[in-house]
Amino acid sequence: MPEPTASRVVTVVNTQGLHARPADLFARQASRFQSRIEIVKGNECVDGKSVLGILTLGAQQGVELTLKAVGDDAEEAIAALAELIERELIENEKRMAEEEGDNGEN
Amino acid sequence: MLVLRGIAASPGLAVGEAMIIASEGYRIPRRLAPRAACEEEVGRLDRAIASSADEMTHNREAVARELGDQYGAIFSAHEQMLRDPQLHREVEELIRLKRYTAEYAVSRALRRYVQVLQSLDGGYLAERTHDIYDIEKVLLRHLLGRQREDVFHLTQPVIVLAHNLTPSETAGLDRQFVRGFATEIGGMGGHTSIVASALEIPAVVGAGRLLTDVSGGDKVIIDGHEGVVILRPDKETLARYEQELKRRGAYAVQLQDLWEAPAELADGTRIHIYANIEFPQEVEAARQRGADGVGLYRTEFLYLASIPEPTEEDQFQAYRTVAEAMGSFPVVIRTLDLGADKAPGVGAVEERNPFLGVRSIRLSLRNPQLFRVQLRAILRASAFGAVQIMFPLISTLEELRAARAAVHQVMDELEAEGVAFNRQLPIGMMVETPSAVIMIDRFLKEVDFISIGTNDLIQYTLAVDRSNNEVADLYHPADPAVLRLLEMAVQAAHRSQTPVSVCGQIQGPHYLMLLFGMGIRDVSVAPSAIPEMKRVCSRLRVADCEAAARHALTLDSAREIEAYLKEEIKRTVGEEEWSSGAG
Repeated sequence: MPEPTASRVVTVVNTQGLHARPADLFARQASRFQSRIEIVKGNECVDGKSVLGILTLGAQQGVELTLKAVGDDAEEAIAALAELIERELIENEKRMAEEEGDNGEN
Repeated sequence: MLVLRGIAASPGLAVGEAMIIASEGYRIPRRLAPRAACEEEVGRLDRAIASSADEMTHNREAVARELGDQYGAIFSAHEQMLRDPQLHREVEELIRLKRYTAEYAVSRALRRYVQVLQSLDGGYLAERTHDIYDIEKVLLRHLLGRQREDVFHLTQPVIVLAHNLTPSETAGLDRQFVRGFATEIGGMGGHTSIVASALEIPAVVGAGRLLTDVSGGDKVIIDGHEGVVILRPDKETLARYEQELKRRGAYAVQLQDLWEAPAELADGTRIHIYANIEFPQEVEAARQRGADGVGLYRTEFLYLASIPEPTEEDQFQAYRTVAEAMGSFPVVIRTLDLGADKAPGVGAVEERNPFLGVRSIRLSLRNPQLFRVQLRAILRASAFGAVQIMFPLISTLEELRAARAAVHQVMDELEAEGVAFNRQLPIGMMVETPSAVIMIDRFLKEVDFISIGTNDLIQYTLAVDRSNNEVADLYHPADPAVLRLLEMAVQAAHRSQTPVSVCGQIQGPHYLMLLFGMGIRDVSVAPSAIPEMKRVCSRLRVADCEAAARHALTLDSAREIEAYLKEEIKRTVGEEEWSSGAG
C-alpha cells in the first residue's frame, strides 16, 4: 500500500523570510512528525527537518514554496507547517518586535 | 578545480596537500580512510555528533542558568544544526561513497553550506556561517580528540591555507615541510611577504574567500609568481605545474654555475648585487650565491619575535653573526623600521593613518631608550665585520641629524666603557620619501651612502597604500613621477660621489635595465634572486640601458613606460620576464 502523501503551496509572508530563527522553528516543528518532509522552491528541494537545508533556500518574503510530506501523519504535518509559515511566523515577529520595544523603554 | 587570484607575496611554485590553519589551529591529518574502515568512520561520526550535541546541551543549560534562557538559545541553534538530518546523510554519503575520513567529510559538507549561504544575496545569513564554523570546530575537536596536532609540528609536506598569517606565525612555519602558503587577506609588501620570501616559501596573500572552498588534504597549487592559488586542480593543470616545477628545479641547478661568478654586464661593467636579509640564517644563502655583501639587514623581525623587546645582547649576537659570516663584505644594518602599532613596549597609539604616523626613525627618535639599545648592539657588532648603519624613512634633515647625534652619543658611551667598535662606521640613510629626494643635495652632505627604498618611495609618491587591494593597481614602479625622483637622487649622488644603491622589489629584467640606464650599479635583492639577476646582467649593455632609460623618461604614463621597456628588453635581450625566483 502506498504511503499517504500531502502537499500544499504556501507563500512566505513574514518580513524576515525563512531565515535564522524562522528556519529553526520550521525544522523543529517538522521534526515532530514521523513523515518525511520536503520543501521545494523552484528546482531546489531540501529536507524540511534540516535547518541547514532550509537556510540554503534563502527564501525571502513573498517567495512561493511547495511543502510535501510522505508518511502516516502527512496531512497533519502539512497543516501544521502551512499554519506556521502563513500565520505563526508573522505573530512571532510581532511579538518579538513588541518585546524589543519594551526593552527599549527600560 | 577552482582558480583564485591574490597577490604574489613570495615567488616560487608549490604543489601539495592543503593544511588549514583555522583560528583554533585544527588540522585534518588524513583525507581518505581505508575501504574497510568505512563503518568505523560512520561510527566515529555518530559518536562525535552525539558527544558534541551533549556538550551543546550542557552549555545551553549552564548559560541559561547564568544569563537567562534567551542566551541559552544560542546553543540550541547549534544543537539543532549538529543533529541536522540532511547534514548527517550528506556526511555519511561522503564517507561511504568517497571513502573520506569522518573529519574530512564533516569539513567538506559544512563548508559547502557556508559557501551556499555566502552566495545568497544580502549577506543576512553571515551570522549563520559563524554558527557553521563553530559546529565544525566542535565536531573536529570531538573527532580528533587527543590527536589534535600542533600546526607547527609537521611530519609531511603541506601547503598551509589560513585566513591570515602574522609575520611571526609565518616565521614559525617549518621550512622543511611547508612548501607554500596562501591567505585570504593581506596585501603586497607586508612583513608576511618579506618573511615568506626570506624563508623562500612560495606564497600568495589576499586570495579572498578561500577556506570555504577547501578542506584539509585537498590538492592545492600555489603560484607565487603570478599570485594564483588553484584548489583541486584537474589532471592537466596538475601535470603542467609539476612539469614546470621540474623545469625550475633543473634551471636552479643550472644557475648554480653563476653562484661564484661576479655580476657583470655584457660590456664588462661591474655590478654589485647585495642581499636583503631578515634573519642571520640567510647569510649562508647570500654567500653561496655570491652576494657582494648584505645591502639591507632588516632588524624588524628581532622585535616582532620577542616580547617585550630584544635585549642588547640578543641583537648584538644576531648582528655579530651576520657581520662575521660576511667577513670583509659590507653589512648594512637598518635600524628599526616598524609602525608604532607593531613595536613592543612603546605604548601603542591609535593612529588614523599609520603610514604617515609614528614609524621607523620617528619611532626610534621618540623612544631614545629603545633606539640606544639597538645602536649599542650595532656598534658593538661593528668590531666584528664591515658593519654600516642605515636609518629608514628619513624625511627631514633634523631627523637625520638627531639620529646621527644618537649614534655619536652611544659611541662616546662605549668608548668610556672600553667596549670595541668601529668609529669610522659608515652612516647612511634610506631615500624613500619624496621630501628626501627633493632635499637630496643637502642630505648627501651629511651621509656616507644612500639606499633608495623603491617600495616606500613609490607608495609615498603615488599616495597608494600597497597593502590595500582596492588601490594596489595604482602602485606602479614605472610611474614617470617615481622615475623622475629616482633620476634626481641618482644624479645628485653621482655629483657628490656618494655611493647609491637600490633596495626593493625589482619587478622584472626591464626594470633592472631602467635602473642601470639611470646610472645605478648597486642593487640589493633577496638572496634567492641573485643568480637570476646575474644571468640577466650578463646580457645587458650600458649603452642600451641608457638609451632605454632616456626614452622612458620622456613618456607620460606607467603603462607606456612599462610597455616600452618590455619591448626594449625583448629586442635587446630576447626575454621580458624573470625565468625563476627573482624580483
